[in-house]
Amino acid sequence: MWTFFHKLASPPHFYDLAAKFIPWFGVIGAACVAYGAIAGLFYAPADYQQGDAFRIIYVHVPSAYLSMMAYMIMAVSAAIGLIWRIKLSHAVAAAAAPLGAWFTFLALMTGSIWGRPMWGTWWEWGDPRLTSELLMLFLYFGYMALRAAIDDTTKADKASAVLALVGAVNIPIIHFSVEWWSSLHQGATLVREGGPAIETGMLYPLLAMIFGFTFIFGALLLGRVRTEVLFRERRANWVRKLVLPEGDHA
Amino acid sequence: MSEMLSMGNYGAYVWSSFGLTLIVLVVCVVQGRSRHKSVLKDVVVRIKAMESK
Repeated sequence: MWTFFHKLASPPHFYDLAAKFIPWFGVIGAACVAYGAIAGLFYAPADYQQGDAFRIIYVHVPSAYLSMMAYMIMAVSAAIGLIWRIKLSHAVAAAAAPLGAWFTFLALMTGSIWGRPMWGTWWEWGDPRLTSELLMLFLYFGYMALRAAIDDTTKADKASAVLALVGAVNIPIIHFSVEWWSSLHQGATLVREGGPAIETGMLYPLLAMIFGFTFIFGALLLGRVRTEVLFRERRANWVRKLVLPEGDHA
Repeated sequence: MSEMLSMGNYGAYVWSSFGLTLIVLVVCVVQGRSRHKSVLKDVVVRIKAMESK
């Protein structure tokens, strides 16, 4: 078991293994998203209150879920990197940040587009759910800016890890914001007491979208971690062997 | 067909959400690949410079 983890954390092994997983993750993700999008757009029944506008849920919820999941991956990896000094986990944290920022942007934008017809406004300053999600976007930007500002990778890892951990306080705030305070945002649809509050014809495409987005995110993350590993290991012998074929010593 | 696309007059909102999502996913893929290529290129240049010394 431990040898497996040890081997996984070794950069050259990870670099090769990730390359094998990426296409599979991509194909599984794309297939699920294709089904989810078609079923969600054309086969799921319209909502009795929101009509067809509710279909935005099929892109909004997976994006919002991944925006938080990416942050948790970033914060947990950063913590593991700080505590056990595993280099690969700092690479994972650094790779998760730009993706998390993209998904947060997507959650905010699709939420705004959904809010316009349903709430009559694109944006509501002071709304707890909207504000805490926007704060997360700035946390991602802050994390990336801090990394970019420090040349020494080891120092950048440590400083940005502290920022990621402090900002993790925002994650439960986002999740529970709709319960703790009054918000324009509707309550939880899936993860709630009494099970999902959605009928199966609407639910299955949503689950497919969440599942598919997760795999696509996985493929994107593995790809970015590979790039991080390559950069961090640029002085290592295995990288030299990788980029220079045998006998090429020009 | 046009009824399907109109989404009960919410078409502009629904389609822009899905369109934007597709664009962002494509950008994520392209950005990731181009960054990997540029890092790989830098690494090769650096190693070749070292080897030729």
